[in-house]
Amino acid sequence: MDWINNLIAGLSAGQQLALFSLLKILAAIFLVLLPIVAYTVLVERKVSAFIQDRVGPNRTAPPFIKYLPVIGPLLQRLGIFQPLADGLKLFLKEDFSPSHVRTIYFWLAPVLAMVPALLTIAVIPFGSKLGAEKMVIADLNVGILYTFGIVSLSVYGIVLAGYAANSKYPFLGGIRSSAQMISYEIAMGLSVIPVFMMVGDLNLGAVIDYQAKHGWFILYAPVSFAMFLVAAFAETNRLPFDMPESESELVAGYNTEYSSMKFGLFFMGEYAAMVAVSGMMVTLFFGGWTLPFWGLDQPATSLLLSAAHIGVFLGKTLGLLLLFIWVRWMLPRFRYDQLMDLGWKRFIPLGLANIVVTALVLLLLNRN
Amino acid sequence: METTLFYIFAALTLLFGFLCVANPFSRNPVTSAMFLVLTMISISGLFILLQAFFLAAVQILVYAGAVMVLFLFVIMLLDLKEAEHTHVRKVALVTGLVSVMGLGVMLVLSIAGSGIVEAPAKRAIGDTKLLGQLLFSKYLLPFEIVSVLLLVAMIGVILLSRKEAK
Repeated sequence: MDWINNLIAGLSAGQQLALFSLLKILAAIFLVLLPIVAYTVLVERKVSAFIQDRVGPNRTAPPFIKYLPVIGPLLQRLGIFQPLADGLKLFLKEDFSPSHVRTIYFWLAPVLAMVPALLTIAVIPFGSKLGAEKMVIADLNVGILYTFGIVSLSVYGIVLAGYAANSKYPFLGGIRSSAQMISYEIAMGLSVIPVFMMVGDLNLGAVIDYQAKHGWFILYAPVSFAMFLVAAFAETNRLPFDMPESESELVAGYNTEYSSMKFGLFFMGEYAAMVAVSGMMVTLFFGGWTLPFWGLDQPATSLLLSAAHIGVFLGKTLGLLLLFIWVRWMLPRFRYDQLMDLGWKRFIPLGLANIVVTALVLLLLNRN
Repeated sequence: METTLFYIFAALTLLFGFLCVANPFSRNPVTSAMFLVLTMISISGLFILLQAFFLAAVQILVYAGAVMVLFLFVIMLLDLKEAEHTHVRKVALVTGLVSVMGLGVMLVLSIAGSGIVEAPAKRAIGDTKLLGQLLFSKYLLPFEIVSVLLLVAMIGVILLSRKEAK
């Protein structure tokens, strides 16, 4: 450890910031986000199998693994190796571009589908402290606005995919997606305003500190949470709101013409967006990395405690991911006009009312 | 460092803006719209250099994220083909030039009139709380006038797009 400390002490403040930020970015993406994405897909398949009374993936395994006593067959039955095989398959498939596509946008769209989800992760505090480092990549004072800015850009991946494919079904998917995402962005934005009115700060770390002191926001702002949750389903294009790719009407929607790893990027982008939005919900409504007991609500003082905080955050996030998956296999798809009605005629008035009521309550409480 | 970044973002803004209106390689409306998105993002980079994080975030949220998506939506719905070089009408040329000159004069006058202000203004635009307080005290009247203007525009759109009542 000594040589590491010496090395770090020798750097200037700016270099240290750059080094730690780089480390956090790499760790968050390659050690946390991508494995979670891969295994969320596995959980999705296992949960759908459970709900539909099937078994799910239980055959894939590297050679000789079944000769390991007990553990080998167990891992195989759980499908632990399935994501590896899936990833390998996506890479090795023929990367086919139909002749009628608009080439530049065809290449650009999968990238734009993946990037916003990765950028959103940057402002989410995923732990308290590790040593002296805060466990958040970018501690912005307008954290939530940054998130909404990036989320609002995530529509381009899908819209451009629909446009680039230059054929009917992807095009319809792209158009649907642009209208849907715009509508639910408004609902989502309105739903979180009461939370920040109570905290009095746009920084996400401040939101967590407030919840550690006063209790989780799911208790104070259940309406906000309900609206945010539904809007999150719409923003990530998950059932019951997966209009842009609804298989029964649009073949596969915006990604119909895509194959191989380009399709893989859309696929991973959807799950990464789910992880990001779950992390947001944990931060906003479930107290982030804190737990109200065992003294877990104070910034960490030891290595063990900071690991526990990161674990708590990941645990809560995984719980919400499970909810996303569960809902997908339990509810049928909405009709498009129902989706729009819900967004514009129900959620926007409800969101505005929620803000006014919260403001009145805050005013009355502060007067006394 | 900051000066270099300023020149980079300013150059990018101008370049993307130019490519948006007069792209020599493509006359595709979607390409123009995408360059306008890039222009917006570069402008928000300039805001960040001014430490106006709120404005930077809102610039991306509103312009790049919402307004431009609606632009794309309309372009795709109308299925605009690549624009041809159309004959420029005289009226359009005159009104265009007059409005550009008017905007230019306004810009020059307001820059010359304000002088270069340092630190205190910088702090105010970066801080969301201060921004809100200023909007609801010193600049209340202009703020409300803009709100009414937006409301009028909204009502106008609803009126125009409403189906004829029998």
